[in-house]
Amino acid sequence: MPRKQAEVLGKDRLIWMYTQMVRIREFEEAVKRTFIEHPGVIRGHSHLGDGAEASIVGALSTRNRTDLVMPSYRCHGYPIVLGTPLRKMMAEIFGRKDGLCKGFGGSMHLEDPANHFPGTSGIIGQSIAHATGAALTAQVKKRGQIVYCFFGDGASKQGAFFESLNMAAVWKLPVVYILENNQYQAYTHFSLEDANEVAGDPLSQKAAAFSIPGTTVDGTDPLAVNKVVSKAAERARAGKGPSLIESKFYRLSAHGNVITVPPLPTQFPEHEAVAVYGDKAEFAKWKAKDPVVRFRSRLLKDRVLSEAAVKRIEAAARAEVQDAVKFGLASPLPLPEEATNYVYA
Amino acid sequence: MAREMMYADAIAAAIVEEMQRDPNVVLYGQNLAMTERDPMLKKFGKDRVRIAPISETAEIGIGIGAAMTGLRPIVELWMSEFMLVAFDQVINEAPRFRYMSGGQVKVPLVLKAGFGFCAGWAGQHSNCVYHTMMGIPGLKVVVPSTPADAKGLMTAAIRDDNPVVYLHHYMLTLDKGEVPDGEHVVPIGVADVKRTGSDITIVATGWMVEKSLAAADRLAKEGISAEVVDPRTLAPLDVKTIIESVKKTGRLVLVDQAPRHSSAAAVIAGEVAEHGFEYLRAPVKMVTALDTPVPYSEPLENYILPNEDKIVAAVKAVMANQAVAA
Repeated sequence: MPRKQAEVLGKDRLIWMYTQMVRIREFEEAVKRTFIEHPGVIRGHSHLGDGAEASIVGALSTRNRTDLVMPSYRCHGYPIVLGTPLRKMMAEIFGRKDGLCKGFGGSMHLEDPANHFPGTSGIIGQSIAHATGAALTAQVKKRGQIVYCFFGDGASKQGAFFESLNMAAVWKLPVVYILENNQYQAYTHFSLEDANEVAGDPLSQKAAAFSIPGTTVDGTDPLAVNKVVSKAAERARAGKGPSLIESKFYRLSAHGNVITVPPLPTQFPEHEAVAVYGDKAEFAKWKAKDPVVRFRSRLLKDRVLSEAAVKRIEAAARAEVQDAVKFGLASPLPLPEEATNYVYA
Repeated sequence: MAREMMYADAIAAAIVEEMQRDPNVVLYGQNLAMTERDPMLKKFGKDRVRIAPISETAEIGIGIGAAMTGLRPIVELWMSEFMLVAFDQVINEAPRFRYMSGGQVKVPLVLKAGFGFCAGWAGQHSNCVYHTMMGIPGLKVVVPSTPADAKGLMTAAIRDDNPVVYLHHYMLTLDKGEVPDGEHVVPIGVADVKRTGSDITIVATGWMVEKSLAAADRLAKEGISAEVVDPRTLAPLDVKTIIESVKKTGRLVLVDQAPRHSSAAAVIAGEVAEHGFEYLRAPVKMVTALDTPVPYSEPLENYILPNEDKIVAAVKAVMANQAVAA
């Protein structure tokens, strides 16, 4: 563990970080289990953030209370950290009336603007422009806010990425771009589609095209992520403009549940490394670097947490998630005629 | 009181007045405010008036994100076709957020663009691409045909809490007309009867409104009284005003600069077929562009476009039709 960073953060903050990571993991595992335990309850396509916990929490641990967070459709982890009630999130994923978006959004759109989470797009890369626009608001209205913009390695090949980073750099917008390199764009390994990777360079190299700082960080280490994102956040707060951070980790679940046509049931398949490429060793190697397990061992080793405290945190997260599942299942479905609401403001 | 203004000046006046009224209104686009001498830049400062690179996806997407978080951006896109390189943002992002969030967010955004530039701009800069946009729930589309409507609809678009595609017709840019003094708001979603008549209804949009009015003048000399209705807003469409006119006249000609199957006329004809069939004394007729791209050379371009002669001929054909009367 980079000890200095741990000292900077202090014991309470480290425990908070671990707690958030566990809450994300428990939530995502519950979503995954729902496909088996309650077939048909979750419709469409769900995308999980297990494996991203250290990256998400490391980044958001640098956040000030009013800063905005705008990720892609793989969006469950962030509002959990921001304090969105898990009950409302799970009810939304289950398409229920008590969901965050009253059943209008689903897994890809857990919008919670009241908790600084304005909205997500299901179309890869497009939300990078929206986050950049939120940073424009922050700048024009002099709110002192910055925007945390998260997107995947696949999104960094979209025009929206290049256009937005260029404009943010020209306008010196207060935004931190966090490229979550989870190594697979949907089903394809990034070595097959990323020019930097093909050349043996880090993906943060893309920052050079916009003459902004670009850093690659071990996204399985929340303290390392905290350190580099802190620096980028400071730069944004100081009015010096955006930075690009490549946070490299490994998605531990498949891209999403299997795409099937009803009435065929759907659930999560094996990870693409195994299912598509037959590379069990690659998956095993990264599974061994599971960020939640690693951070727990470190906190235990450094005596930040006791075994008993770990058990308490995990039990509390599990209970909270179980309650959310129970709440979601009990919540009524929306009335059909509600479908004509909210078309126009 | 009113004073004469040019169509383009009326649009600009609405933007200036709304920017003075509401500090949340910002304006940006390509080749806009390029020097410190720019009057808009001087008036409103470089936070609110900005130059953008040639990046429509980011320009529109940034507008969406800014609108979701408290600004009211106007994105100057110049030509409606430039939206096509960023159609996801126009069609599948801006109009979706309010709905997907269950009513939690709003996207007060104006996408301003000229269209239909038929002055030798050839295949890619002369089109009418509103058809797809007018079928997108959550997106509003306005198409002013006079300086007064141009000002009033821009004011309404900026004040609207939804994404509005504001399409001004390039061929009307220098047209002059009376514009009411002071605050002038034309409500979105309300059609306007530009000329009253009793024998036949002509529904026309954009540049086609003045061509239809000219045709109606000619027809009047031949004893045919044509009513000209301008929807002004294509989405949401004021079907009621159109049906009321058809109820009165019993006949309908639809004039649209777009090719037949991507015209607003086709959509309106469908509405009249369902809701106004009982009032029709003859089949409707559409006067649209031919099913070709827009050609460069002038005689070619003229050939494919609707014009006064084609409108007059269509009206006479409908007037002569007795088929449905029995």
